[in-house]
Amino acid sequence: MSGPVVVYVELAGGEADRVSLETLAFARVLAVALDADVEALLIGGDAAAVGAGLGPQGVTTAHVVTGADLAGTFAPGGWGAALAALATARGASAVVGPGTDRGSEVVAHAAARLGLPLAANVLAATPGDPWRLTRQRWAGSLLEDATLEAPIRLLTMAPHAVAIEERSGAPAATVVPFAPQISAGDLVVRVTGREAPAAGSIALGDAKVVIGGGRGVGSAAAFAELEELAGLLGGAVGGSRVVTSLGWRPHSDQIGQTGLRIAPDIYIACGISGAIQHIVGCKSAKRILAINSDAESPIMSVADYAVIGDLHAVVPAISAELRRRQG
Amino acid sequence: MNVLVCVKRVPQTGGRIVLTADGQDIDTKFLGFTISPHEECGVEEAVRIVEAGGGSSAVLTLGPAAAEDQLRDAMALGIERAILLETDGTEWDPVSTAAAITAAIRDQEAAHGAFDLVLFGNESADSGGFQVGIRVAVALVRPVVSGIKGLTIGSGSVTARREAVGGGWETYELPLPAVVGVKEGLNLPRYPSVPGRLRAKKKEIERIPVGAATSGPAAASGTPIGPSKVVLRLPQEQRSEAEILGRGAEAAPAVVDLLERIGVTGR
Repeated sequence: MSGPVVVYVELAGGEADRVSLETLAFARVLAVALDADVEALLIGGDAAAVGAGLGPQGVTTAHVVTGADLAGTFAPGGWGAALAALATARGASAVVGPGTDRGSEVVAHAAARLGLPLAANVLAATPGDPWRLTRQRWAGSLLEDATLEAPIRLLTMAPHAVAIEERSGAPAATVVPFAPQISAGDLVVRVTGREAPAAGSIALGDAKVVIGGGRGVGSAAAFAELEELAGLLGGAVGGSRVVTSLGWRPHSDQIGQTGLRIAPDIYIACGISGAIQHIVGCKSAKRILAINSDAESPIMSVADYAVIGDLHAVVPAISAELRRRQG
Repeated sequence: MNVLVCVKRVPQTGGRIVLTADGQDIDTKFLGFTISPHEECGVEEAVRIVEAGGGSSAVLTLGPAAAEDQLRDAMALGIERAILLETDGTEWDPVSTAAAITAAIRDQEAAHGAFDLVLFGNESADSGGFQVGIRVAVALVRPVVSGIKGLTIGSGSVTARREAVGGGWETYELPLPAVVGVKEGLNLPRYPSVPGRLRAKKKEIERIPVGAATSGPAAASGTPIGPSKVVLRLPQEQRSEAEILGRGAEAAPAVVDLLERIGVTGR
């Protein structure tokens, strides 16, 4: 039997976050290959209750940190130091975390403190000498087959690469309090303030319909045509990196590798050529409708539907048709 | 404030990625190169901080000789000096990269005085390791936070702001000297001026040869390095022909039919 696979589980709204549950499913496959247990680290007020409930996810032991010093607010260095301490104390074979913003940060802190390599956004891993793995580059537009040689293998799991698994009838995980010695220096950086989200507008990340504009829109003012269509459909407007770099839209409206990843029922891409940077952000849409005057543009290869033509003619015509039918 | 921004030269990929025959690299025959997007905002921020409060700015990269272009791009925007850790052109893993940058920062600080703030991109656009800035900060025993989209310089500290899980923002206070991983959206980078470009062209670049990762400071110290690239490949795509709904404004009824069919018109 090998040392356990230790999974850093992120808490969000009183439960384990979705990517962490995916990470546990991935960890279980690794653990079977290694003949090892899956153990979890949870930090925060709800850690014990959530940890106990991870039995169906294959967790045998949930190590929970609840003291206010460390668990009171998110402290990336302190939480990474706790993960490193647990990995060492348990003689872990591997440490896996979710490839979310926080997960990536915490595991990187653990790796830096352990002085060991970290493979980020992994899709598959095969233990051996060395370990072989596949990871994402360019936010998933390119894959890298790589090897990893280290006494503890540190990985983050690419979001939404494996399905969440639950096994009914599994025993509850044993909850064990974990109180690592964390230096004051590791707790200097922590969340000290919060600002609530702006009220009112439909968040781009939650909208069922997203209208995206690219260079073809032509100006900040011309986005009014897209806004009108979004208004009629109860949707939100976003844009490509070009339009946020040109200042036509705020950066918070950017869909892409360096912006938001969206997953609406339909994404209507207007005057967007379809650079890889953008496709990464919209490919999870259930359907993509491209409106573009160039039938050969790369967006056409990912679109389900297309209208060939000038968006300045097509978009207002769609709005007019919607109005006509809505009476 | 003395600010250092660390950048990476990456290809401008555009519409599709083509690999070299040996699968070791992206075929860049027809591509330009750029500074990784998050880091473009790091460059702009460094220039703004020095413009607003005085001090000095420097840019550093680890990369091939041609990465000189990206250092000159940064200097064209107003960065004062540049350091190139010149590799033999082979790829460096994150552990090796961080160790070489850490050593270079120590040398630079011994020669020119301490950096109050070191900026990194949150992750590089190409290899996306999400770790080099954190490793450097831990090695230098400096506070660090990632994912930052807002920076306010105080006296002896910096307030950093990032998007919170579930919406809104969260803030962090870091005593200086500090390291910050920034994201695009931090600011809107300016375009270089013609005089800026001309000035940047004439500036000296400090070149420090570092060779291959296997002979870098991490490998020399016996630290495990990696992960090690074996080969690159393109993901399998389920490509399907897009169904053409029509041409021009006459396509509008077909589009609305589609929107009604998938139930997003509220009818």
